[in-house]
Amino acid sequence: MAQTAGSTVAEILGADPQALLDSWLQAQLSAPTARTDLITESELRQQSGEFLNLLRNAARGGSLDVQAPEWSQVRELLARVSRGRALQGFSPSETATFVLSLKQPLFARLRSGLAGDPERLMDAVWSATTLLDGLALYTTELFQQSREDVIYRQQQELLELSTPVVKLWEGVVAVPLIGTLDSARTQVVMENLLQRIVETGASMAIIDITGVPTVDTLVAQHLIKTVAAARLMGAECIISGIRPQIAQTIVHLGVELHGASTKATLADAIAMALRVTGWKVVRAEKR
Amino acid sequence: MTVSRSDVRPIRTEAEVVAARQAVRSWAVEMKFSLIDQTKLVTAASELARNALNYGGGGQMRMEILERSPRQGLRLTFEDQGPGIADVEQALRDGFTTGSGMGLGLGGSRRLVDEFEIHSAPGEGTRVTVVKWR
Amino acid sequence: MERIPILKMGRFLLVTIQVDMHDQLALALQDDLTSQIARTGARGVLIDISSLEIVDSFIGRVLANIASMSRILDAETVVVGMQPAVAITLVELGLSLPGVRTALNVERGMELLHASLRAAELEEYDGGGEEDDAFGGHDGLS
Repeated sequence: MAQTAGSTVAEILGADPQALLDSWLQAQLSAPTARTDLITESELRQQSGEFLNLLRNAARGGSLDVQAPEWSQVRELLARVSRGRALQGFSPSETATFVLSLKQPLFARLRSGLAGDPERLMDAVWSATTLLDGLALYTTELFQQSREDVIYRQQQELLELSTPVVKLWEGVVAVPLIGTLDSARTQVVMENLLQRIVETGASMAIIDITGVPTVDTLVAQHLIKTVAAARLMGAECIISGIRPQIAQTIVHLGVELHGASTKATLADAIAMALRVTGWKVVRAEKR
Repeated sequence: MTVSRSDVRPIRTEAEVVAARQAVRSWAVEMKFSLIDQTKLVTAASELARNALNYGGGGQMRMEILERSPRQGLRLTFEDQGPGIADVEQALRDGFTTGSGMGLGLGGSRRLVDEFEIHSAPGEGTRVTVVKWR
Repeated sequence: MERIPILKMGRFLLVTIQVDMHDQLALALQDDLTSQIARTGARGVLIDISSLEIVDSFIGRVLANIASMSRILDAETVVVGMQPAVAITLVELGLSLPGVRTALNVERGMELLHASLRAAELEEYDGGGEEDDAFGGHDGLS
């Protein structure tokens, strides 16, 4: 049954392809989803023409299963179209409409071509619907995939903008943490800090959390892990800038900051780090 | 998701445990994992390979590269035909050991990877599958 | 069977681990170190792991054991040069090696051993700091 219906669709697509392309283009351009601001008519004509050609060739094979190997060229074209549209700023439904808008001109042709045979007409309409829906879903899937690629890339770029680790003094490095810490960002900060400890040969590291609005269990755990990892490498950590609310949270969460010294301000932490590394700060003269 | 490459390594001796983790390292380097993720993968492989050797009487490690655009993953499957584990939940808890480790092998390696799966029953051997995504 | 070489330097023993150790090799190192401490009367052990690409729970346990055993034999152990990726992985694994002293590199590790030896000797001689040289200390620590 699918065989006959498939060849019917191929036949309908093959009769006067130029007229079909024209009526399809007309439907696309007059639809409310048309984005003539994002794509030119000639580009759209070229994409539509290519799609109809490939669609006809694939349908001639008899199978209307869009995952079958003879449909690979159609899939490739749709992949190219939907990636392009994702980047051009089309919405998912505008992108899927490219395929779905073919239904109207195609059904019109099926109706006039098979007017005397309602049974064949029903079969052909059903298989054409299934086919175009399948292709539209495929387009949407690829569209979403392209958007996910973009998001993933942006996330990676954002991570690289993370906090710098500064050398404060011989043997002392510090990292000021600002904003909300999620687990990926904390990990990057932690890796940078440990790497700088190796590069500078620092034996003291200050983690200043003055700019961190809240500390939850996960962030507290990340801090503890950083402190533990630094200790394994032979460096001590001081956590500074702990505001009263955060001290309360830490206690309420039942988190133990084992091994880490804590100081209220960055200044206190620097004073401690210098003392521990054997420095003495004295004022040259009274003012 | 498709598997673009796979290989199987034996784990019957301590030298093969070392060779298995070196193979994991070289694949992880090729797949451009960060140094930290390479280290986590190799360490997890070392723990699981040791388990297969010491508690499972030896077995094998299957390595597979997974493709799920835009990401790639490395999947490692450790299989042995040993006595199996009666209480998997208990075995995953830190501090659990029946042998010479610190009892961090299973639970610890679960924390080093993105996906962790274990199938085991008494008399049926043990299969542990881990995946790390790049 | 291959073994990891142990160097004697004054009152201290030095080990540099450069190979990807299998478990038996790590256990052999543990045996060799403890017997060398006993034989030479060494007061400190420095283990350089800067070339190690991973430390798993087994190697971690061996390091912790060496530290505890040498402490019983009156020698201080310091592990130096752990790479950041190794340290992060070890913590994630659940091992923070609380009983093991650490330093960034060999130089800092030696300073640490000298300092703790000096402190121990001052204590043993009840504050008689002048007697330090009786032990042939040539540590050059100023």
